[in-house]
Amino acid sequence: MAFLQLKSVGQTYFSKTSATTALEDISLSVNEGEFISILGPSGCGKSTLLSIIAGLLIPTEGSVLVNNQLVNQPHPKIGYMLQQDYLFPWKTIEDNILLGLKLRNLYTQEHIQSAFRLLREIGLDHTIKKYPSELSGGMRQRVALVRTLATQPKLLLLDEPFSALDYQTKLKLEDLVSSTLKEHGKTAILVTHDIGEAIAMSDSVIMLSSNPGRIFRTFKITESLKNLLPFEARQHPDFSATFQQIWEELEQIEQNDFE
Amino acid sequence: MSKTISNKKHLEFLSGIKKEKRNIWIVQLLIFLSFFSLWEIASKQGWINPLLFSSPSKIWALFIEKVSDGSLYIHVVFTLGETVLGFILGTLFGTLLAALLWWSPFLSKVLDPYLVVLNAMPKVALGPILIVAIGPNFGSIIAMGILISVIITTLVVYTAFQNVDENYVKVVRSFGGNKKQCFKEVILPACFPSIISSLKVNVGLSWVGVIVGEFLVSKQGLGYMIIYGFQVFNFTLVLMSLLIIAVMATFMYQGVEYLESKLIKHHS
Ligand SMILES: Nc1ncnc2c1ncn2[C@@H]1O[C@H](COP(=O)(O)OP(=O)(O)OP(=O)(O)O)[C@@H](O)[C@H]1O
Ligand SMILES: [Mg+2]
Repeated sequence: MAFLQLKSVGQTYFSKTSATTALEDISLSVNEGEFISILGPSGCGKSTLLSIIAGLLIPTEGSVLVNNQLVNQPHPKIGYMLQQDYLFPWKTIEDNILLGLKLRNLYTQEHIQSAFRLLREIGLDHTIKKYPSELSGGMRQRVALVRTLATQPKLLLLDEPFSALDYQTKLKLEDLVSSTLKEHGKTAILVTHDIGEAIAMSDSVIMLSSNPGRIFRTFKITESLKNLLPFEARQHPDFSATFQQIWEELEQIEQNDFE
Repeated sequence: MSKTISNKKHLEFLSGIKKEKRNIWIVQLLIFLSFFSLWEIASKQGWINPLLFSSPSKIWALFIEKVSDGSLYIHVVFTLGETVLGFILGTLFGTLLAALLWWSPFLSKVLDPYLVVLNAMPKVALGPILIVAIGPNFGSIIAMGILISVIITTLVVYTAFQNVDENYVKVVRSFGGNKKQCFKEVILPACFPSIISSLKVNVGLSWVGVIVGEFLVSKQGLGYMIIYGFQVFNFTLVLMSLLIIAVMATFMYQGVEYLESKLIKHHS
């Protein structure tokens, strides 16, 4: 039984002058522990899709199920990390990472300690009393990840979590996130622009075409790459073959868009 | 080696700042002193009408007299109390009203034209009505102080509420936060800077409200002293009251700035 199911989900945004169909007929299922990446051109509806899965947006068509339960409001087992860190500038790092626990009524010593442990694992123990403005972009991104993980969601939605980072930090964070998620047995959906990142981190890659966003193709990543850390996967011989394949498909999407 | 150089540069930089600060102070003091000396001289020499413009020495003498016979104290306390109360309540009601508008977009759309009209209307013109409705007392003066600042506060704070980045609200909602929690965790703290800046505006406004209120009620307070001074043609009294108001308004403003430095250290 799939953990997460989307049944022909569609989203149309209405305004006074127009109706924009951002997503159309998206159906997919994700098993527990799986790591899925979503690739697609800018504006094809990736963030919209995550907002729908997170229960922040009720789709105009279709439905989302988690463990066969309809998602129509933010689900306690789903953690959503937005496209930017959105740490609260007026809260300390400590208060930022504990925000979810407070709101979810999980403010127990046990959960607090495990949030602090996560912060330590991710190497930001020393920032606990600081404010977000005193941290670098990469550090803030990691804090945002801790904030999302603190409520111990089963499904993580990550919207381009590494896009604002320099290449080296990004590679390191990929490994860190990948191993952290594996270790805790999380299911994850990652939105990215980076083909390499999608291949290196996930079990399968879903490619969206735009206007409206539809599933264009789904790639299964080979076993040889799946079990490696992202950094190692990038070195593996199978990596470039997969990269090539996805690249060509993307070209095709763009051509289709052009016509 | 390079460290000592950078240290030296830093010290130079700091002493530069210090010097500039001191120069600003000196010029400010100079302006202050020359203004009052010029006033004194002009009045003594008859360049300006001493009956109308009085002089600093006469004002000071009157001030000392009023302080020593204890009659000033009650007026100052009265006015200051009214102003502080009007100022706090005006800001509080304004913020509450803004919260209400934020809570109900329908209400905000309904009230929008009324707020615009109320804001444009000179509130002091309502003074006579207030006094008849509430009575010529403390209550109507406070009401005046509130009335004059509440609408503008509502408009400023509500605009700030609307401009908060939606994504912060999304974060709270993704953790299952309800509307009340969104307000408490995001909207209100994100708008502290705007609330503080409307406090700054309200310092000035509530003084206007209270003084006008006292003009009309005419029993006690610095506004009463001004009106009384005017009626008996004692402009020394009028100017003294004015100076006291200026000093107290400055202190209040400084208080708000102190609050600002405490409250919004870490906004972005
Ligand atoms: N609140 C909204 N109201 C109206 N239209 C919207 C809204 N949010 C998104 N859209 C539209 O829906 C489409 C998809 O937007 P979305 O943000 O999901 O794209 P995206 O794939 O995440 O893009 P990017 O890669 O640039 O982040 C876009 O055409 C956008 O203009
Ligand atoms: Mg996006």
